Amino acid sequence: MAGPLTIAAPTAGAMQALGERLGRLLAAGDVLALLGPLGAGKTTFVQGVARGTGVPPGRHVASPTFALVNEHPGRVPLVHADLYRIADPRELEELGLRDAFDRAAVAIEWLDRFPDAAPPERLEIEIAITPDGGRHLVLRPIGARATALCAVFEKGP
Amino acid sequence: MLVLGIETSCDETAAAVVEDGRRVRSDVVASQILAHAPYGGVVPEVASRQHVATIVPVIRRALTDAAIGFGDLDAVAVTCGPGLVGALLVGVETAKALAFALGKPLVGVNHLAGHLAAASLEDPTLPTPPPFPHLALLVSGGHTAIIRVDEPGKTRLLGATRDDAAGEAFDKVAKLLGLGYPGGVAIDKLAATGNPRAVALPRALAGRDDLDFSFSGLKTAVATWLAKDRAAGSARLPEGAALADLCASFQTAVVDVLVRKSRRALAREGLGALVVCGGVAANRGLRAALAEAARADGFALFIPPPKRCTDKASMIAAAGSELFVRGKYAGLDLAVDPGLEL
Repeated sequence: MAGPLTIAAPTAGAMQALGERLGRLLAAGDVLALLGPLGAGKTTFVQGVARGTGVPPGRHVASPTFALVNEHPGRVPLVHADLYRIADPRELEELGLRDAFDRAAVAIEWLDRFPDAAPPERLEIEIAITPDGGRHLVLRPIGARATALCAVFEKGP
Repeated sequence: MLVLGIETSCDETAAAVVEDGRRVRSDVVASQILAHAPYGGVVPEVASRQHVATIVPVIRRALTDAAIGFGDLDAVAVTCGPGLVGALLVGVETAKALAFALGKPLVGVNHLAGHLAAASLEDPTLPTPPPFPHLALLVSGGHTAIIRVDEPGKTRLLGATRDDAAGEAFDKVAKLLGLGYPGGVAIDKLAATGNPRAVALPRALAGRDDLDFSFSGLKTAVATWLAKDRAAGSARLPEGAALADLCASFQTAVVDVLVRKSRRALAREGLGALVVCGGVAANRGLRAALAEAARADGFALFIPPPKRCTDKASMIAAAGSELFVRGKYAGLDLAVDPGLEL
């Protein structure tokens, strides 16, 4: 795969459908970095991912901003983290992400606040708000696994 | 009966002494003490090393303020979840050591149950404690939930947020509007002078029969509104009356849904008393709207004063007292549970 992959997601439903499709492909050790401004739809996308990883339908996949890390059971455990409230990089140690990378699929919002904390292999998903109120996603794979993941995702459902 | 409460589940290190489950004898948070430290003020942070550094001075200060000694305590209550594991451990291990050394019972308290108990603490605005059973609306930065409370420790979750907590929506919208983070209080202030009908904003799930909430779409609606405003050529964020109008419209959208779902739950459960707790319970717009609903529907409303809506150890001591009198002690093997639910 040559460069980043760009996809339009006009509605929250479309965003969740994309997330679900990606979620179905995830395995333990996969890391998604969700980037984009407040209200872009990072948590909405992860709600879709959670459907794809097999989180039980009745379970709320709520924003992790306050709790910093939420974990959801499924086909593969999904660890959903949010660095928005983290003030000091030393606090990252307490989130248990390093352990999560070994045993779960991990989705991290606002990872761009702490670039040094980013694992060497990850799929970056940048969400932008378009002037008409829609969204548009740019997927940037970093590393071999993320590149392969992205290639399968690009082929469609 | 004197119970020491210890709370380290999140940003604040706190300790308090509560008498007979009702009277707050002391209520200390670390930032109060350390604000005068020689190295300047302390910004609350989630790191457990901060809790380690402050927990002992905070407990000492709680006892001094209450004018009692360690030997006067009847029990030690501590938050054991939900929260960050490292932060929780500092409080729980300290409480265990104290309980063991004093030979007094240890009581493990769910942080959320602590919020529910805040309205039981004596205050001029709350001459009597809430009766059981009652309905509780818990609205904070991390939670938005409607709970049936049959008795202390016996609760049933009726509805919760599917995405953002109400307080999170306030803080993030404040950030979008250039009011800083967290800025929920700034929105409340500006909303008081604005027109709540100026900007049409969605009220998610309001018409639905369930008691769940969703505030993410509302935050997004504000983000989208601002994006369109910029696309239309506006170079700056709204200011003055336009900002106040947007704040009032946003706050009213949140409050409307909270009030509507609370009324629906009271009617469905056949309950006559509503307890409101958590940081957003300090919001003036919410307090006013609930007071009006209580007058119209004839239910009794119990909202702690704003100073007792945020994370404090007095609420942990209050909830701990309720468990203590029921003999619900924890062993010295009490474990922390970061994902503890009600």
